[in-house]
Amino acid sequence: MATSSRLDAKVPQGPLETKWSKYRSSVPLVNPANKRNLEIIVIGTGLAGASAAATLAELGYKVKAFCFQDSPRRAHSIAAQGGINAAKNYQNDGDSIYRLFYDTIKGGDYRAREGNVHRLAEVSGSIIDQCVAAGVPFAREYGGLLSNRSFGGTQVQRTFYAAGQTGQQLLLGAYSGLQRQVGMGTVKMYNRHEMLDIVNIDGKCRGIIARDLVTGQLERHAAHAVLLCSGGYGNVFYLSTNAMGSNVTAAWKAHKRGAFFGNPCFTQIHPTCIPVSGEHQSKLTLMSESLRNDGRIWVPKAKNDTRPGNEIPEEERDYYLERRYPAFGNLVPRDIASRAAKERCDAGYGVGASKLAVFLDFAAAVERYGRGEANKNNIHNPSDADIIIWGKAVVKEKYGNLFDMYKQITGEDPYEVPMRIYPAVHYTMGGLWVDYNLMTTVPGLYALGEANFSDHGANRLGASALMQGLADGYFVIPYTIGAYLANEIRTGKISTDHEAFVSTEKEVKDRIEKLITIQGKTSPEVYHRRLGKIMWDKCGMARNEQGLKEAITEIRALRKDFWSDVKVMGKINEFNPELDKANRVADFIELGELMCLDALDRNESCGGHFREEFQTEEGEAMRDDENYMYVSAWEHKGPEEWELHKEDLVYENIKIAQRSYK
Amino acid sequence: MEGNMSLSLKVWRQSDKNTAGAFENYKLDGVSPDMSFLEMFDVLNEQLIEEGKVPIAFDHDCREGICGSCAMFINGRPHGPLKGVTTCQLHMRSFNDGDTIVVEPWRAKAFPVIKDLVVDRDAFDRIMSAGGFVSVNTGNAQDANSLPIPKEAADEAFSAAACIACGACVAACKNASAMLFVSAKVSQLALLPQGQAERNIRAEKMVAQMDSEGFGACTNTGACSAECPKEISMVNIARLNREYIGAKFSSTAV
Repeated sequence: MATSSRLDAKVPQGPLETKWSKYRSSVPLVNPANKRNLEIIVIGTGLAGASAAATLAELGYKVKAFCFQDSPRRAHSIAAQGGINAAKNYQNDGDSIYRLFYDTIKGGDYRAREGNVHRLAEVSGSIIDQCVAAGVPFAREYGGLLSNRSFGGTQVQRTFYAAGQTGQQLLLGAYSGLQRQVGMGTVKMYNRHEMLDIVNIDGKCRGIIARDLVTGQLERHAAHAVLLCSGGYGNVFYLSTNAMGSNVTAAWKAHKRGAFFGNPCFTQIHPTCIPVSGEHQSKLTLMSESLRNDGRIWVPKAKNDTRPGNEIPEEERDYYLERRYPAFGNLVPRDIASRAAKERCDAGYGVGASKLAVFLDFAAAVERYGRGEANKNNIHNPSDADIIIWGKAVVKEKYGNLFDMYKQITGEDPYEVPMRIYPAVHYTMGGLWVDYNLMTTVPGLYALGEANFSDHGANRLGASALMQGLADGYFVIPYTIGAYLANEIRTGKISTDHEAFVSTEKEVKDRIEKLITIQGKTSPEVYHRRLGKIMWDKCGMARNEQGLKEAITEIRALRKDFWSDVKVMGKINEFNPELDKANRVADFIELGELMCLDALDRNESCGGHFREEFQTEEGEAMRDDENYMYVSAWEHKGPEEWELHKEDLVYENIKIAQRSYK
Repeated sequence: MEGNMSLSLKVWRQSDKNTAGAFENYKLDGVSPDMSFLEMFDVLNEQLIEEGKVPIAFDHDCREGICGSCAMFINGRPHGPLKGVTTCQLHMRSFNDGDTIVVEPWRAKAFPVIKDLVVDRDAFDRIMSAGGFVSVNTGNAQDANSLPIPKEAADEAFSAAACIACGACVAACKNASAMLFVSAKVSQLALLPQGQAERNIRAEKMVAQMDSEGFGACTNTGACSAECPKEISMVNIARLNREYIGAKFSSTAV
């Protein structure tokens, strides 16, 4: 197998450890006077977008940033709970850049690019330094130094955190840096704006068409480079832990204008979410993976055991993760924990009314922490009741906000009864294909953070999304964009009167008018829910050839139905969330087909992609390195038509092994 | 129908900022106590679409109480009857079958209505731009552990930093003051060593921007903190007052 001639990853030559430092010192620079004349558009203001926009503005570029929310601070990075990894080795427990690199590649089931991942591990430490300097209030020990905890798929403590609100605190740090630049006039911020297309001129990305979501007006914005930091596409499943507004539209429009889509079928199903409670459900809520540090996951040993969790005696419980994976126990990677939960529930051991849930139990942690407090305070014969009180206080300090959230949503008190959890769609490893510079296959168009495919292979480890978003924005793009912009200093200002802007804007306008004039019978919400059901049933936690083929047929029919029977209320030139939704759902439907196509092409199981035909006798994922050790990069050729290009994955520094957490 | 609660809703409808708004009455059946308040609105909106009516616009995004988008003034209280809970985390089990529920947007001069229950909160972003940051360019930072911060200070800074900028404090205040919001950011950075260099000018500039946005004065009533979904403490307002007065004595910046 050889890499397609259409894909040049541009990974620098030389030893892995020095690729980035050497490249960084040799990448072309743009002098400050020229930077002032170069314009950059940033789509999305989550961790990747906010950090990139702020940093590029600090360097002197003219930046415009866009978000569909009413403020850049509301991007969905804000909801990340558990933490951010960095190879600081503050705990002296054997961590190193190589180990973080190795864990990430292995966790991704050997489907990520070595050069990009090593760079990520290299810059991870600087991210923590930068965030602390910006005033991010990470958790600390009594000595005043930073605290760490463990996350799935690793055996060291390298996760930095701020209670259960790490994403919020990191985003507010990046946002404050962004607002500082907005105040100085170096970033022009466009709130409540949605990117609806990119504009290419002579084969280069030269700007965007955006819609002002308050007035409904279309706007043309030109730039020398466009950065898509628009997040993932988990909402293709309708129910996910993503925010309601999270969408694929920016990435999808770019895809349709020439950006290849990488590994679209690699989606992450997170093992610890609050189970679905009914048909009205609009989204799913994550319970941070950090809970698996202290919580033990189990189901009853007997089928159809309807007793409340706290009434089932110890010997009648099956701690199935500890049983199957003694080395990592409850801290196996997400894909493995999710499948194990599904396996138990499918076998009839599920709990709760729907039987689609397992227990996450803190009783043992409460007791352990309670005893620790007694020792700390020199109390030698504590009563059991006191131990529980002290233990609960410690658990509250660590996870209080998560427990409160659980109680609020389910009406049950997790301090008293074990939580019920079930896997839910959480993250998409796939995304726009990018090279080492984070540039897509369209020159001048970049993708950062979750919007690209690059670092997590077929499965992302916990606390690595925040790391990647900030790595791309703070420490990668500010260097790599020079390789392109150094050649743009003679381009001059780009006119939005160019024919390409006129024609692209017209296409966007025509589509919006079509959406609103169909006036059928079915709301965008209903189409979204239908799509989600197809995707979850046939392209979700387990996939097979027949199901995927059916899904493609069903999605094509759904697409046809949508374009003839969608009902969009309201008008075009006004604040109209229904129209926004219709635009997004239309793109999700097209994406759904590509995801199924990709899943169908990949005749192996790896990471989050589990094809039922390819598993070991014990039910573990069975990779096929000989035939599938490649990145799928799909080129859009027309409606319902794609061409697959392959980037061969070469591992020079890691010994490929069957992933084992036993 | 999933549940058996029936509700009467009085919801503020306003087509844009230049048009006068009014309450509209709606009946909704089949509400389940497990629905969130916003899911109840989703059901209502689907019903309106079926009837050929324009659905109610409201801001929402993460639906897990952290993004700060959702902002409904429910039965006279921002985010409804529960303490420490955003609208999206409020569930229908907090209401009774047969209830009449009144839903309005945030009411404040500095938060003009965009449509129905959606208001413009850009003023908060502008206040942040005035000084809610540490001026540290990317790449300048020293090793994160080179500066120990006592756990108590870090924890207190974190408590202040938990603000989600939803604007409930402004909506709850009879004067529509933004002091709780501003004080939370000023406190967070005043408590940390990283924030010391710009401590004075930050307090001055953020307060000046707050005043210019048209927020009202603070009379220490405390409704802001009582209604805050993140339970930001009034202590922060006291700290902001100290910071501001201290800054005014020593600085001529603003």
